[in-house]
Amino acid sequence: MKFTLPIIIVVVTAVLIGLALLGPEQTRNVVGIEAGSAVYTRKSSTPEQALRNLLADVQRRNWDRAIAEVSKGSITDKQAFIQDWTGSNGSLRSFSALEGFESRPLHITNDDAQMRVRLHWTTPVGPIEDVRDFRLVREGDVWKTVLPKTEIPNVPARVIPVTFLRWDLVTGGASDEWGSRNVDAPHVRIISMNAVDSAEGAVVMGEVVNEDTVPAFVNVNATLVDGAGSAIDDETSFDKIDHVLLPKQVSPYRIDFPNFNLKSVKNVRMDVKASLVPASADPVIGVMNQKIESDPQGKSVLHGDLFNQSGQTVNISHVIVSFYDNNAKVVWVADGYEENALLPQASAPFAVEIPKSIAPKVQNFHVVVDQYSLNKS
Amino acid sequence: MFRHLLISAAIGLTAVAGMAQDLRVPASVTAGEEATISTSGSGKATFYLLGPGVSSKSDVSLGDEIRIQGQELRNAGDYLALVCSDSCHSGTFYVAAAKPAKLTFLVHPSRVPVGLSDAVSGVAFPFDQFNNLVLTPKTISFQLLAGDKPLFSRPIATQNGVAWFRTASGKSAGLLQVNASLDDLSAKRAVQQVASDPCNLRITGQRIPIGVIVQTEPVHDCAGNVVPDGTIVTFSATEANGKSTVDAPVKQGVARAQIEASGATVVSVASGVVMGNELRIGAKP
Repeated sequence: MKFTLPIIIVVVTAVLIGLALLGPEQTRNVVGIEAGSAVYTRKSSTPEQALRNLLADVQRRNWDRAIAEVSKGSITDKQAFIQDWTGSNGSLRSFSALEGFESRPLHITNDDAQMRVRLHWTTPVGPIEDVRDFRLVREGDVWKTVLPKTEIPNVPARVIPVTFLRWDLVTGGASDEWGSRNVDAPHVRIISMNAVDSAEGAVVMGEVVNEDTVPAFVNVNATLVDGAGSAIDDETSFDKIDHVLLPKQVSPYRIDFPNFNLKSVKNVRMDVKASLVPASADPVIGVMNQKIESDPQGKSVLHGDLFNQSGQTVNISHVIVSFYDNNAKVVWVADGYEENALLPQASAPFAVEIPKSIAPKVQNFHVVVDQYSLNKS
Repeated sequence: MFRHLLISAAIGLTAVAGMAQDLRVPASVTAGEEATISTSGSGKATFYLLGPGVSSKSDVSLGDEIRIQGQELRNAGDYLALVCSDSCHSGTFYVAAAKPAKLTFLVHPSRVPVGLSDAVSGVAFPFDQFNNLVLTPKTISFQLLAGDKPLFSRPIATQNGVAWFRTASGKSAGLLQVNASLDDLSAKRAVQQVASDPCNLRITGQRIPIGVIVQTEPVHDCAGNVVPDGTIVTFSATEANGKSTVDAPVKQGVARAQIEASGATVVSVASGVVMGNELRIGAKP
């Protein structure tokens, strides 16, 4: 009896060491799976398990094992598969990591299943949620994921003439006895403003125009004022604006006041700040085929394609949309980041969701595209 | 503050000590020029001079003239002269700025759209060689030149050392030279006059195999000035199944965009808050 406990301890230890040696990374696979919803097992005996295994391997960038989870007939190129999940060309995806995912079945038969996955990405611009539908098929006694063929965007070699147009900024010295002789700040103007309550709090939004002949770096600030005339909160448009406005360019802006209600607000004080900034008129990004449709989840979504009309790669595109009602009043401003880089003379789809309460009011919209290129300051 | 305290203390001392000597200060003194103060009586005394940025003490003989060097009178303003022996006596005099030696000229803004009323303003301050603001009225001539063409010319007298003007911007984009002159002094500033909002924005377009290509006619403001390159023109193409937009910059006077559209399309154009014409392009054959 006195040897029973040591024997049990030795056996359990040996089993644990063996498990660790056979699958040293398996215990980490639970990271990212909905808390308590799954336990990692290698055997993909159910569609849920198969998809979970695939995404866990993607999350850990264990590409060989991830590809082994994919149906043989659906994937041809490992590089394209990897690029699909890790991004390329300095895109937002290439700076992102899959933090977690939640899946739910749409339909399952004996040999075929459709799953919807909500992918949670951590990115430099904040968390991004991506919804993808996956088809799975049974191959023997295991389930495999069928992935659509992913093609690496390929830009044909060509010469694209660009009449390069940019503004540089030369600041003056302070040799004058009255200080610097710098040129004036650009003249920008708020052309519309609307304040509404949303589920997350009060929202102030509208549009701002650069009325000047030089580029402007613009930021819009709003201060909520109560009945006594005291400021109760102030916020800026942060990234819900196209900060660099070229001459006569119009940008939507949105300022969020989380957990505030307009009932306690008597007045909103607006302030737009503009400063001179070096800028370039290239690249030009067209927004094609814009239309509002319902997605499979029943949400109203503005879809379209971004078309890079220039000869340089746009690493990260940021779509900002102002939605108008039938009186041409801005009723909502939404935005979204394109996760893939926009190659020269190439198109990429985008989608921006419209809140359910706003969708019925929307009669028109205006899309602007802000862009970030790594090779530019 | 310290100077005021000293002056107050000195005046108080004078009142206590009574008037043993006579002191005559000059009626008017110009900054940087020598001045003399005459005294009466005899014997040794101590002379104090208190003024803006100046505080000095020297031994003098009563009955002689006290010479104050121009170096000590560089700053315009009120001065106090004080002579003390067994009692103290004081007098005040004012040092005025010397003749203008420098003209400081400020013009606003540095960049202005054409055809705006009261858009350009300038203010001039005459200073003497010691940087004293010249408060005596002086007539400053302001002149605005667009190229060689004079737009505005006006002599304006300074009031309390300041002369200013406000006027409309010209009709043509380009450099606006603003001059201010006073006797042989002058100062030049430049204002960039830029085109105003686009006017009569018109587009033409045609169908190409991959969509439509549209371009503006040369974009001008209402005074006929070409808008600067880089001005954004927004093209919107609406067809039955969607809308496409392109924010295109003006390059060499025109903006052009290529839009994917296969059906019958209506293309509209806007720049800032200014709308242009609409263009209807038939469906792809």
